[in-house]
Amino acid sequence: MTSTETPMMSLTLRIWRQRDRTKKGKMVTYHVTDVSPDMSFLEMLDVLNEKLILDGDDPVAFDHDCREGICGSCGLMINGIAHGPEQATVCQLHMRSFSDGDVLDIEPWRAGGFPVVKDLAVDRSAFDRIISAGGFISAPTGTAPEAHSTPVPKKNSDAAFDAATCIGCGACVAACPNGSAMLFTAAKVAHLGLMPQGQPERDTRVLKMVAQQDAEDFGGCSNIGECSAVCPKGISMETISRLNHDLLGALRAGAVPMS
Amino acid sequence: MTTQPAQRRAPKTGRFDSSVVKKTVMAVSGIIMILYLLAHMVGNLKAFSGAESFNSYSGWIRTIGEPALPTQTVLWIIRLVLLAAVVLHFWAAISLWRQARRARPVPYVTKKRVQQSFASRTVRWGGLILALFIIWHILDLTLGAVNPVGHDSTPYDRLVASFSNIPITAFYVVSMLLLGLHLRHGIFAATQTLGQTNKKRERAVNGLAYVVAGVITVGFLLVPLSVAFGLID
Repeated sequence: MTSTETPMMSLTLRIWRQRDRTKKGKMVTYHVTDVSPDMSFLEMLDVLNEKLILDGDDPVAFDHDCREGICGSCGLMINGIAHGPEQATVCQLHMRSFSDGDVLDIEPWRAGGFPVVKDLAVDRSAFDRIISAGGFISAPTGTAPEAHSTPVPKKNSDAAFDAATCIGCGACVAACPNGSAMLFTAAKVAHLGLMPQGQPERDTRVLKMVAQQDAEDFGGCSNIGECSAVCPKGISMETISRLNHDLLGALRAGAVPMS
Repeated sequence: MTTQPAQRRAPKTGRFDSSVVKKTVMAVSGIIMILYLLAHMVGNLKAFSGAESFNSYSGWIRTIGEPALPTQTVLWIIRLVLLAAVVLHFWAAISLWRQARRARPVPYVTKKRVQQSFASRTVRWGGLILALFIIWHILDLTLGAVNPVGHDSTPYDRLVASFSNIPITAFYVVSMLLLGLHLRHGIFAATQTLGQTNKKRERAVNGLAYVVAGVITVGFLLVPLSVAFGLID
C-alpha cells in the first residue's frame, strides 16, 4: 500500500505549554493534519513540531530517547491516561489507536516530585535519588560468576526479573491519585531483595529508599492500583506488598524507619 | 531522564514519618476496629430475642469480671483501646491525605480512572462521614443525649425510638453502606500494607474483604430495618 492510499487523520491537540519551572502553564490548541495511522505518537508530535518551527513558533518540548519502549524517557498523559490508551510507552503507541477527528489532551506527568522543566518534559531525577539512596548492592561483583555457583530458586528469579523490567518512566506516579512512587520504589526493592546478592543490605535498602521517596514529595500508597494498570511493563501490586513486608521485617529486626 | 541538577532532599528521620509506618498504623488500628465491629454486631442481634435479652446483654458488658474487678472495668478498657484506635487511624489518614495533596500541587486538566474501585475512591471522604456518624451514634444510643426518648431509658427503648424515626434510620443505613465500602477497600489495603498479599492470594484477599464487609454491613442493617418495618417493637 502506498502512502497516498492510507487514509490520513486530522487531530485536534490540546497541549500543556509551560515556558519553564517557574512560569504558569496553560493548555494550547493545535491542529495536525496528514497524520498516518502507522505513525507512533511521538512521530505525530514531531510532525507538529516541524510545522511549529516552520511557522516560527516554539516547538513543544517532550522527553524521548530510544523510541523502542525500553529507556523510559517518554511519558505523556494522553486524555487523562498515563501513556495513553494502550498499556505501553508513548513511543510504542500508534496513531491507529485513535480516530480521525479526535481531540486529545496532552499533559506532562503531574507530581510534586516531578517538576515541569518545559511543556511536557519533567525532571525525574527524584527517581535517581531514590535509587542512589539504596537501590544497589555494594559488594564488588567482578566479572560474571559461574551461574551455578549461587543457586537461586526459579520462583525468586522470575519475580526478580519481573520487577527488574521497570524502566523508571514514572507512569505509576502520574496515574496515582496520591502521586505516590511506591510501585517504582517497590520494583527496585523487590528486584534486589529477591536475589542472594541483595540480602546483606536488604533491611537498610528498603528503609532508605522509602524515606527518600517520602522526602521527594511523593505521596503514600493507598492500594488503589492505578499504577499497575498503566505500567508499560505490567509491574504488579504484589511488589508493593513485598516492599511493605520487607520494611516491617526491617523494623521488627530493630531498625528505625530511617537509618 | 533530564540532566537538570536538583538538590538531593534530606529524608525525614522521625520514627513515624515514614509513609509505610503510617499505613501500618492505619492497618493495625483498622483491624482492631473490625474485631470490635464483629462483636458489636453480634450483640446488636440480641434485639431479635426481645427487650429483656438485649438489656441484660447491655448490663452484662458493664459487669464483666465482677466481683473480681470493679464495675465497667472491662468496658472502659475496650473503650480506651477503641478510642486509641480511632485517634491513630484518623491521624494516619489525615497525615497521608496531606502528603498526597503535596504530591500533586498542579491538578490534571483531564484525568481518567483506569481500574480503581468506587470503594477505594470514596475511602477518605467516606471515613470522614463515618467519624461524624460515630459521634452522633454515641450521642444517640450510648448516652441518649440526642435520642427521641432521652438518656433516662433502657438501651432497648432507645433502639426502638431511634429506628422508628425515618430520617434517623435513613442516616444510619447510608452510614452502614459507607462502612461496607470502607471495609471492602480497607481490608484489602490492610492485608497489602502488612505485606501479606501476592498474585496467588489476590482473589482470596478480595473475597475475604467482600465477605467481611458484607457480613458486617448486613448484620448492622438487620436490626434498624426490622424496627423500621415493625418486625421489632
